[in-house]
Amino acid sequence: MQMAFHIVVCAGIVPDPLQTLEPLIGANGPGLRNEMVLPAVLDPWAASALYEAAALCAKCAGSKVWLVSLGPKSKLQQVMMTVAQKVSFELVPVDGPIGGFADAHATAAALAQTIASLPGLDRQRLLLFGGWESASRGAGVTLQLVGERLGITDQFQGVDEIDVREDGFFEVLERVEGGKHQVSVCAGPPAVLGWATGSLPEPRNSPQIGMANMRAMMPALQKAASVKLDANGLRYVSVALPTQQRATRVMKEMTTDEIARELVAWIGAE
Amino acid sequence: MDSILVLTHTASHDDNSSAITNDALEAVTAGRRLAEQLGASLTIGIVGDDTAAAASMLVSIGARLLSAAGQAFAQPRYASDAAACEALCRAASATVVLAAQSSRFARVMAGVAHRLGGVIDTHVTAIAASGSIEVSRWFYRQRVEAVVNRDARPWFLLLDSGTHPAFAGQSCVANVEQVAVELPGMRTTVTGLRTPPNDAQTIRPDAKMLFVAGAGWTKKQPDGQVHSVEAGKLILNFLSTTGASLGSSKSLVDQGGDGQPVLPFLSHMNQVGQTGATPRHAKGLSTCCHGEEPHVVGWRFIGERRAISLDPNCGWTRGKADVVYVADAFKVIEKVNALLEEKHS
Repeated sequence: MQMAFHIVVCAGIVPDPLQTLEPLIGANGPGLRNEMVLPAVLDPWAASALYEAAALCAKCAGSKVWLVSLGPKSKLQQVMMTVAQKVSFELVPVDGPIGGFADAHATAAALAQTIASLPGLDRQRLLLFGGWESASRGAGVTLQLVGERLGITDQFQGVDEIDVREDGFFEVLERVEGGKHQVSVCAGPPAVLGWATGSLPEPRNSPQIGMANMRAMMPALQKAASVKLDANGLRYVSVALPTQQRATRVMKEMTTDEIARELVAWIGAE
Repeated sequence: MDSILVLTHTASHDDNSSAITNDALEAVTAGRRLAEQLGASLTIGIVGDDTAAAASMLVSIGARLLSAAGQAFAQPRYASDAAACEALCRAASATVVLAAQSSRFARVMAGVAHRLGGVIDTHVTAIAASGSIEVSRWFYRQRVEAVVNRDARPWFLLLDSGTHPAFAGQSCVANVEQVAVELPGMRTTVTGLRTPPNDAQTIRPDAKMLFVAGAGWTKKQPDGQVHSVEAGKLILNFLSTTGASLGSSKSLVDQGGDGQPVLPFLSHMNQVGQTGATPRHAKGLSTCCHGEEPHVVGWRFIGERRAISLDPNCGWTRGKADVVYVADAFKVIEKVNALLEEKHS
């Protein structure tokens, strides 16, 4: 395969899915209680994007992966200790606020500016990767906005597969309604790919990869530029947990036949 | 004074049941309500290769109708769709733009908002207009609900499906204004859809019921053996007789990658929860699933919920389901299938 890609993966950090979340409104707008001490992970769909980027990089000689992540330096450092052991990449940290309540437009502006100024990045070889939605804001717009700011008009969302052909064109499978995939062929980079689950398992930890990544990661974290995100007129009227709690009926004594009859009646009821 | 534009697109050629999708008709209802509440003008824009049939379905609403039509818009593609939506927005001079959260519009609408110097909010579940416009949406994968408003215009809102009734009006010949679209060079070609074989098409967004299979289906049963083949047959039989849509927990769809027994018709597309889908169905039946929070957040928009689990302390029993049957799902589903077949015959 002849094409060498410059793959930039945008990935945020989010609270571990098993954590209990409690929203509150502070002086700077909404946030989560104890947000800075909640265990955090790399955003799951963005993590899929990172693993797919690394796999593509391994297939295409001369390719390189950057991981651009916006969050508080201390949290980034904590999460990257784990992520660094998975695949090779160059971390580009951006020191900024944590959480899903920040405005996506401001986030996209900060990310686009960072990517545009990456030393050695060839924009004609650029594949901009990320998750199609985050597990925090979940809006699915940041990557598109970054792409627009970088002038990229070939964009794909809900991607599960990329297949690069010998001529440099690539085929993309995007999720669409009804459990189907839309198949498109793009005439090479630059392009934006917002990944869904992809098709790769999470790589096993590799101490060697971790050591190599960490050598460049710590200085990068120390030098991370700080950004302040503008609210762009976004105001939160209310932020709350859903109150619905069901009065669960736990049936321990019913026989199989009784359960089956009850279920059939329930399924058939309008 | 705000002016409202509802953007719609024609249904794909594969979906020949209607010229326009149900989700788009829901957005039309939301747009009409919002225009009435604000005393604002209403325009409807349609994107597609042939928009006449879709326009005729919308003419009775009495709104201005704009169309970006042509072969270039036959297939969903970022460059052409973004150009079409941008042209329609400029032609309508809209301050608030509503559209359905379809895969086609979700792909492009943030880019369009940026081109127009506007802002966007997605996955909107409700819109209220009392003085100012306030919209509801969820954060942290349906775990936190917020109401937001913005001063910036144009404000783009993508509406989740199932949140508004679909517009229904009499069809008649429409007077549609064609909007010229300046297309950029196209580097992407849509070559088609890849669909699972008919017997593996288990995702049915319009089904009344969601059936979720958890990892327990492929674990060792009381006889010490794994019965994944039997599990597959039971599940497919259930789906066939009920017409339910199949969902799964992450742990079950991940098993394929770990070399454990799998249900061959399941993929990550079936996954419900934190890193999967959040479908909307009137009823949901969970089987062999623990009901942990990362999975259950995907059930936010499921109406009545029941679960079958061997664990009397599983997550479903803690206020997440209406009824939990502590029982062996293999036996229960086998019996349910038999009763349903008997009923149908």
